[in-house]
Amino acid sequence: MAILPILTYPDPRLKQIAVPVSQFDAALAGLLADLEETMEAGPGGVGIAAPQVGHFCRIIVVDVSAKPKVENHGRLRLVNPEILQWEGLAVGREGCMSVPDYTGNVVRAERITVRAQDGTGQAVELTTSGYEARAIQHELDHLDGLLFLDRLVSRHNDLFRRKVYQGRKPAAAC
Amino acid sequence: MHWYMLTLVGKDQPGIVAQVSRALYEGGSNLGETSMVRLGDSFTIMMMVHYGQSGADLAALLRPVTDNLGLAVHLDPIPGVLHSGVPPEVCITVYGADRAGIVAQVTGALAQAGLNITDLSSTVAGSAAQPLYVMQIEGQASQGLAALEQAIAQATRDGIEVHLQSLDTLIG
Repeated sequence: MAILPILTYPDPRLKQIAVPVSQFDAALAGLLADLEETMEAGPGGVGIAAPQVGHFCRIIVVDVSAKPKVENHGRLRLVNPEILQWEGLAVGREGCMSVPDYTGNVVRAERITVRAQDGTGQAVELTTSGYEARAIQHELDHLDGLLFLDRLVSRHNDLFRRKVYQGRKPAAAC
Repeated sequence: MHWYMLTLVGKDQPGIVAQVSRALYEGGSNLGETSMVRLGDSFTIMMMVHYGQSGADLAALLRPVTDNLGLAVHLDPIPGVLHSGVPPEVCITVYGADRAGIVAQVTGALAQAGLNITDLSSTVAGSAAQPLYVMQIEGQASQGLAALEQAIAQATRDGIEVHLQSLDTLIG
């Protein structure tokens, strides 16, 4: 187990697309353990992606269980994750261990269904919403070389409408 | 090198930011954090400028542009500190029929409840006949959210719409 150094932007490697994991072996288990320890060492970190520590493979770890009153699935170790379905949009404030001293507003899907494998290669599927869904999407972006900076929206345009639900039904008559 | 807080105000027109920043760049200075916003029909600039010479030299360097654009100039030496941002913990929105004292009343109550404002913008919307005051505040809740919620409940009883949202910044 080790706390790994975090790559910080403008390191060009953060823009690299990560490759799928095919070997579910002891090396993968070791990397997952290191990712967890590195995430826990970061102040307030609720997720980490392998590219943030210089491993360009499709692995993320998310754990929002320390946040009060937040729906969560505990410690998530997701290998080769992909979003199967999403609905709704919400604005939220994000920062990143790879982008110190900056936070900004980002639009994410409100609710997602994710398929992935666990550390042993077993298929896992989960549906989640809100803060945990946001954390998963933030980390998934790292696998595709995207930072929250690539998705910033105005700090001022979300007055009174931080949550925008798609497909909201209009009133039946007016 | 020294840090200065440069304040520029003048009638809004296209190209102010481009001309000012070009003059500063070509004069050998470097920018830190800035705020540039249109207020009424004025354009206002506050910028941290890192520069090797005196404030008088900096003002002289800008004079052709500030004279040309009709900008009022104010310059203060400051202790320049970068990378000291504090992430806001709460976003508070306020609106109501415009009348004197809304900002003082709301921010007074919030300050007593421990709010440290990091960003505030407000505007008079609506129409001349029915002006509407709208304010958006971000800040840190040094005494916690419950204290702010109490302050807001009182302001709401006084007829102002105030809404607080916790900004739980996600660090990933």
